[in-house]
Amino acid sequence: MAERHSFGVNPITCHAWNKDRSQVALSPNNNEVHIYQRVDNDWKLLDVLNQHDLRVTGIDWAPNTNRIVTCAVDRNAYVWSQGEDGKWKPTLVLLRINRAATCVKWSPLENKFAVGSGARLISVCYFESENDWWVSKHIKKPIRSTITSLDWHPNNVLLVAGSADFKVRIFSAFMKDIEEMPQPSPWGMKMSLGQLLAEFPNSPCGGGWVHSVAFSGDGNKVCWVGHDSSVSVADATRQMAVTKLRTEFLPFLSCVWVGRNSLVAAGHSCCPMLYSVNEAGQLYLNCKLDMSQKKEAGGLSAMRKFQSLDRQARIETNDTTLETVHQNAITCVCLYAGTKGNASRFSTSGLDGKLVIWDLQTLENSIQGMKIV
Amino acid sequence: MSATLRPYLTAVRHTLTAAMCLDNFSSQVVERHNKPEVEVRTSKELLLTPVVISRNEKEKVLIETSINSVRISIAVKQADEIERILCHKFMRFMMMRAENFIVLRRKPVEGYDISFLITNFHTEQMYKHKLVDFVIHFMEEIDKEISEMKLAVNARARICAEEFLKRF
Repeated sequence: MAERHSFGVNPITCHAWNKDRSQVALSPNNNEVHIYQRVDNDWKLLDVLNQHDLRVTGIDWAPNTNRIVTCAVDRNAYVWSQGEDGKWKPTLVLLRINRAATCVKWSPLENKFAVGSGARLISVCYFESENDWWVSKHIKKPIRSTITSLDWHPNNVLLVAGSADFKVRIFSAFMKDIEEMPQPSPWGMKMSLGQLLAEFPNSPCGGGWVHSVAFSGDGNKVCWVGHDSSVSVADATRQMAVTKLRTEFLPFLSCVWVGRNSLVAAGHSCCPMLYSVNEAGQLYLNCKLDMSQKKEAGGLSAMRKFQSLDRQARIETNDTTLETVHQNAITCVCLYAGTKGNASRFSTSGLDGKLVIWDLQTLENSIQGMKIV
Repeated sequence: MSATLRPYLTAVRHTLTAAMCLDNFSSQVVERHNKPEVEVRTSKELLLTPVVISRNEKEKVLIETSINSVRISIAVKQADEIERILCHKFMRFMMMRAENFIVLRRKPVEGYDISFLITNFHTEQMYKHKLVDFVIHFMEEIDKEISEMKLAVNARARICAEEFLKRF
């Protein structure tokens, strides 16, 4: 049900797959990006991209043009393209930001990418062939805090950004130099760069930092997860109605759509959860995807049990390892097989240095009551 | 263990578990810096509402959380003068060696006896539930330790006094 791979004890900041999922790029919580090739059930280190000075915060691998974009705390982004000899060559992108870059995403057509940063702005970059460099344009207003996550609408123009000022905003990232006027979408008509199309507070009275945002496969819904342990979905086809589900788990850090109305969220609880939106537009918990069983403790005497309950207010004493597959917070969820509208497998990586590939189809068959809609 | 200690520790445990959901977060004020936001307090939106859990007037815990760090300050029970002195000496002993304790802060927050500062780097290296266990364990051991020391001091004082008074 879940393939587990370990890449040492250091946290994996983020990871990204290539098109045929034979290679993975991941950052071991430092300034390097490691590219691993899958050899049977093992991983071979193919290349180390070390151009950044400080910790890498975002990696995205464009499947069709086979380019990697990375951004880091040193305020730079690099676009890596593969040479004839298979080595990766960096191209520096001038983001013109003066704080750490936090996240990066290729647009669906792979002709531009967006970088979120702690400078309270989003840099949207595209390649200008006459000067042979990457140009960045800024979206500034009305962002009030660090951008924590980004996602592109499938029409290659709209951009959703979550930020630490408790808001989710949808911007237009239309570049009139390189693309045609797009079709109007249900999110709004105005398309000039930086136009704010919608703004959703995480909850009516604040509600915590937004950790991750994602557009659905058809682009009509956007989901986000916040530090108040909530999952929310806004639907453009229902007059921007927001449905919010407050959960009893620890906050989620990452979310991704896996079906037309289903999404997977994972975070500090170390367990990915499947949430779905029903016909009435309400979110509900579909099921927990981590079905690991609690290990039977050998010879735990009643005396010890009561003693630890009395002393430390918990039942077990020898519970160093958690019962979930991941042993620390999950920070990154990526699709492994399928599309946003219909995914069959997804991968998670976390602070425990593990990369786990979950098979949704087998899970759906084995878990009673689970149905990806 | 008295009846009020358990709910007190349970409350602290659950609050800490929720508070220790930390992220790696670079400063949005100073370039290329990464500082515990709970200490630098530069951005209001990155701080959460502090929580005080108190068992009685003297014993309480202050938990201040931010996006990348949590500060836990503990006020230890001090019933009389000896306990106050012992507590002060003991805390001073530990705080002078704060780097060996990794999560200990060199100075306590005002009004409290000892403070811990846990950042996202600690939660990356260590099991979160074990960090919570450590704080809980510390809280219950410290009371025990101080009452034991007080008993030892009293016993020693008695022996000293007896020896001294034998001369008259």
